[in-house]
Amino acid sequence: MSKIISLVCGIIFGIGLTISQMIDPAKILGFLNIFGNWDPSLAFVMIGALIISSPFFHLFKNNKKPIFAKSFTYSTNKEINKKLIIGSTLFGAGWGLAGLCPGPAIASLALLNINSALFVVAMFVGFYLVKFSETTTQAR
Amino acid sequence: MNIVNFTPVSAFLGGALIGLAVVLFFVFNGRLIGISGIASNFLTSKNNRFDNFLFIVGLIIGPILYKFFTSQEINISISNSFFLLSVAGLLVGVGTRIGGGCTSGHGISGMGRFSLRSIIATITFMIVGILTVLVKSLV
Repeated sequence: MSKIISLVCGIIFGIGLTISQMIDPAKILGFLNIFGNWDPSLAFVMIGALIISSPFFHLFKNNKKPIFAKSFTYSTNKEINKKLIIGSTLFGAGWGLAGLCPGPAIASLALLNINSALFVVAMFVGFYLVKFSETTTQAR
Repeated sequence: MNIVNFTPVSAFLGGALIGLAVVLFFVFNGRLIGISGIASNFLTSKNNRFDNFLFIVGLIIGPILYKFFTSQEINISISNSFFLLSVAGLLVGVGTRIGGGCTSGHGISGMGRFSLRSIIATITFMIVGILTVLVKSLV
């Protein structure tokens, strides 16, 4: 059952990105262009998502287990450190350059756009580089 | 500052759907949606690999279903510079892994749980994104 939920959640998320037009890099760049011609739409996407999701996190946080899995598995990392700031800074720079973050980039593969495909390949190379450097550091 | 192309209603509705996906994934599968985490774990980890794969497939099917049922074209405008896209993609891939999340993982799942770590990450990437766009417009 968890497999069906994963697929369905992906589909709902993808439709959400499409309806909100967050799949379009121009909407993201418009949001970040706060000193020029500003498009505040992205803020409303986040408000919509947080209004729906936030109450459930707080309702379910004392539950022992989720419905289709043995336990809740998510990061409880509370550390605010250099890694968090450096990583978020690099991400913000890439986000501002192309107007794409991981969700919309992957969803836009549906449009068979060669430019989004290039971005996604580069992004996966980035994922791999970090994983690779972490594994080699741990091995030392 | 001029406000342009503002689409609050569709943004809010699309956002609510994204929130619904986050809730279902949490309540049923016990996991938080962060696309950078799901996509990079699919590449590098055996844990939940098939679940992560199906989520990514769903993410790509979503826009196709939307197009099929509404018969509306989905238009995007994206850079066609090989250099810009490669650098941006690398930065997003490396940055989200070092920082432990992206717009969905920190911005929605983390902020929804009132995680201070995620709030700080979100403020950081938003400010840097805004500055990047500003610098681009000046160059």
